[in-house]
Amino acid sequence: MTVDRRWRITLRTVALGYLALLLVIPIGLVFYRTFEHGVMAVWDSVTTPAAISAFWLTITVTLIAVPLNTIFGVLCALALARGRFRGKPILNAIIDLPFAISPVVIGLALVLVYGRGGWLGDLPFQVIFAVPGIVLATIFVSVPFVVREVTPVLMEIGDEQEQAASTLGANRWQTFWRITLPAIRWGVAYGIVLSVARCIGEFGAVSVVSGKISGETETLTLLVEERFQNFDLAGAYAASALLALIALGTLLAMTKINPRRDDE
Amino acid sequence: MTTAALTLRRPGGRPGALGLGISTLWLSFIVLLPLAAVVVRSTDGGWDAFWDVVTSRQSIAALRFTLEVSLACTVINAVSGTLIAWVLVRDRFRGKSIVNALIDLPFALPTIVAGLTLLALYGPTSPVGINVAFTQAAVLMALLFVTLPFVIRSVQPVLIELDKEMEEAALSLGAGNRTVFLRVILPNLVPAILSGAALAFARAVGEFGSIILLSGNIPFKTQVASVFIFKQIESDNPIGAAAISVVLMAISLIVLIGIRGLGRWGARHDR
Repeated sequence: MTVDRRWRITLRTVALGYLALLLVIPIGLVFYRTFEHGVMAVWDSVTTPAAISAFWLTITVTLIAVPLNTIFGVLCALALARGRFRGKPILNAIIDLPFAISPVVIGLALVLVYGRGGWLGDLPFQVIFAVPGIVLATIFVSVPFVVREVTPVLMEIGDEQEQAASTLGANRWQTFWRITLPAIRWGVAYGIVLSVARCIGEFGAVSVVSGKISGETETLTLLVEERFQNFDLAGAYAASALLALIALGTLLAMTKINPRRDDE
Repeated sequence: MTTAALTLRRPGGRPGALGLGISTLWLSFIVLLPLAAVVVRSTDGGWDAFWDVVTSRQSIAALRFTLEVSLACTVINAVSGTLIAWVLVRDRFRGKSIVNALIDLPFALPTIVAGLTLLALYGPTSPVGINVAFTQAAVLMALLFVTLPFVIRSVQPVLIELDKEMEEAALSLGAGNRTVFLRVILPNLVPAILSGAALAFARAVGEFGSIILLSGNIPFKTQVASVFIFKQIESDNPIGAAAISVVLMAISLIVLIGIRGLGRWGARHDR
């Protein structure tokens, strides 16, 4: 639309002003507040035993959840894009459920299955208020990402090359590794980046099942809340700044992968 | 898995059969079993108990406020999202690609950090003297933060694809900017705006992390359903929590079905 200059400047100012007030200035302020007492204070705050334990728990949980959901995501995307079966709309709806359900309800759901008096409450190891519960919650919330990124790519590339490969004698395994996977790799990568961000940042579901035992079942996001509730504002800002840096890294990865994804 | 894959050769085996089997098992174990537990166990105390919890004054107030604030958030998003998408597609200014990348920040940033950042600027320690902490406005702001990308990312591609010739034709026939926007551009964007808005609504209804530090959880005022459910779990009443969750999930489900319907509707009306 060839809007005259005055209007264009007005709209631009409103849009950028909205983004500045909602996103940029608050996040900038948290970084400022974090570092206003110097870098060493921040370093001390993110290297306390509780913080280091929270950091490694977050990384461990992510390293379990993301690979599992990546394998599931690729298989499920293959089924959705290549398979012909009834109930495809139902499968599609189920995959989107974790996006539509409150993280608190997800945590509650796990408590009702694995908690005291739950359907599977008598397992030989503890799930709720322990690491397995955190892992299950994290897997739940990050289920859809890889599927949702890979399925459209598979639809787009079609299966002609795969059929050609199998006509030439390749078995399904070879076809997958040599033809399908190279074609979808940037879609998979994008899905993995989104999953990692979600796994590291998950709060609600994890906060229900973790029990928040400092140094044992406390993830980074839970550490932020604990420090805030204990009036350790500087500590909460420091842990937040660490998480925000991870988020900015995620954004950077997204902008690097996006153009390649479009080229496929 | 290798042997299983090998035996499913393409000419004989159906494509995707193995993937479908594993996917179904995984989803059943990870997603469906826990959700079934919420639905089934919500009536563990009997239907009367279910009904009492759901219709208690506090849960009705929480559910109602959740719906109202989510709807307000959705409407604001529909307008601001369309506007920002328009500026990102049709306007030219320095640093646009950075602004465009920043739009996804709410997806990448943990929700608890989102709440804390808003509290830093608009809370008791605000450097500009604005303090909205523990008010309904604070809840709305948190929701606007976390749902920011939905409408923008849904409208942007449609706006890029939009045929400029139609607009130029309308302009050359003497239509003003307003008319062109309302009669040419907007009708083409409506399906995308609606589907983005529906996603934002579904997200807002269940939002928890960004709200917990900001809302103060004041019953009948700033208490949203998700935080109310959380408090029920904390006070060892998981069955009551499940009952409220079922109502909340019913709302989410209706929205999800709505999204699919909108998608189909949009596809039918696609130029």
